[in-house]
Amino acid sequence: MLILTCPHCGIAADETELAPGGEAHLKRAGPEASDVEFEAYMFARRNPLGVHFERWRHAMGCGKWFIAARATDTLEVFGTYPARTEAPPADLVRRIRRKRPEWEGLP
Amino acid sequence: MRRYSAWAILREGLRLHRGWPRVWENPETRAAYDVVIVGAGGHGLATAYYLGKNHGITDVAVLEKGWLGGGNTGRNTTIIRSNYLQDPSAAIYEKARSLYETMSRDLNMNVMFSPRGVMMLAQTEHEKRGYLRIAEANALQGVSTEFISPRRVRELVPMINIHGPRYPVLGALWQPRGGTARHDAVAWAYARACSGMGMHVIQQCEVTGIESRGGRVSAVNTSRGTIRCNRLALVVAGHSGRLAEMAGFRLPIESVALQALVSEPVKPMLDVVVMANTVHGYISQSDKGELVIGGGADGFNNYTQRGSFHHIEETVRALCETFPAIGRLRMMRQWGGIVDMTGDRSPILSKTPLAGCYVNCGWGTGGFKAIPGSGWAMAELVANDAPGPLAAPFSLSRFREGRFIDESVAAGVAH
Repeated sequence: MLILTCPHCGIAADETELAPGGEAHLKRAGPEASDVEFEAYMFARRNPLGVHFERWRHAMGCGKWFIAARATDTLEVFGTYPARTEAPPADLVRRIRRKRPEWEGLP
Repeated sequence: MRRYSAWAILREGLRLHRGWPRVWENPETRAAYDVVIVGAGGHGLATAYYLGKNHGITDVAVLEKGWLGGGNTGRNTTIIRSNYLQDPSAAIYEKARSLYETMSRDLNMNVMFSPRGVMMLAQTEHEKRGYLRIAEANALQGVSTEFISPRRVRELVPMINIHGPRYPVLGALWQPRGGTARHDAVAWAYARACSGMGMHVIQQCEVTGIESRGGRVSAVNTSRGTIRCNRLALVVAGHSGRLAEMAGFRLPIESVALQALVSEPVKPMLDVVVMANTVHGYISQSDKGELVIGGGADGFNNYTQRGSFHHIEETVRALCETFPAIGRLRMMRQWGGIVDMTGDRSPILSKTPLAGCYVNCGWGTGGFKAIPGSGWAMAELVANDAPGPLAAPFSLSRFREGRFIDESVAAGVAH
């Protein structure tokens, strides 16, 4: 059972209380984007075996969106932060690097 | 490869069964092959088999990280059906279903195909309309299905609770020629046939990198050394994304866990496959008497081959409501498999940005039923460097072109 702490209301929520929202930090393709860029934005997904950033909504709680940094090979949770963030917070990135030296970082 | 027959059993019986050869060889890798297939599950082995049988290509190695058929081929609920909404899906799944009918004879090994009938319950008005539409679509596609009344459902499955308080049974989509097969036997039979044609099926050989030269695939790096190849087929289900990364491209795929469980064995009580997609549960009874139960997939990426407990809870709760008689059965085993989900819930059989490299993936939660059809179409693609009519609609470019084969609405979760 996955338990994530909602950064907005501070509750350690069980996954039945949360709604998954897919890969985080996608850069939206703009109006001038080519078909290839738009395809990449819509469909191509990072599907890493290891560190992954993912959007979640505290659906049965405060209802707000947040981002969770997780490991897909162990279900370990590195941390969560509000979804209105362009990139993961620096201290979280440092924490992940300490635990997972092989992690290549977000592109 | 010695043929299996009644005569062979009699002869070996008289010789105390000391004359049986290995079912498949366990060869050392060669330095180079014409075709290398990554993944010795059902789809990979079927691809190899039809490369040899239909196209005469036998300089083939099938590499497997773990053991043969130990991934999703050995983890599914063995359901075979072809009642899909979209034409391309119906074509490839019906091809697969028809090949299952003759598979034991073709491969000279009993895969225990049991066309016992597959019933998909309609438990809401919306679902009923959906199934009526699929029945009409199937009639046009030449797939034999019909929409049956609750009374007929009751005749076929006497233990079903038609008047469930939350989800009454309003009818069902019935495919009498669907059924189940023994999943391990399917992998073993293909492996034996491939080995018999002189192909190499190599277990415990993990691919760690893919080499290319001038935009064309040239070799794979493995835990048993580098193997050169002219053509490379990636047929690895849940790990397709990782292999694609090694080959230098991305796939529209996310890997999630899907679970199944089996009950203690009981006397025969259910002789068809019943799927209840609104409540996310499907159930059949194995020849050993166990009830084989599957449920919904997780909603988040995961490679751990464990699923979330609440999915089991939901599945079992729904099935207990639909089949009150199973309420006191104990469950014996539970397991998970990593399934590769695409955006439109349809597979990808395609050329890739790397020349000579082909992918067969994205079967998501419903790959077992497709094994022979998928192998047939994939072999055609690899042999001709161009897809045949079965594979063509499932190209990688359909996502760019907006040519989706949308089965996510048609098939619901149980796929």
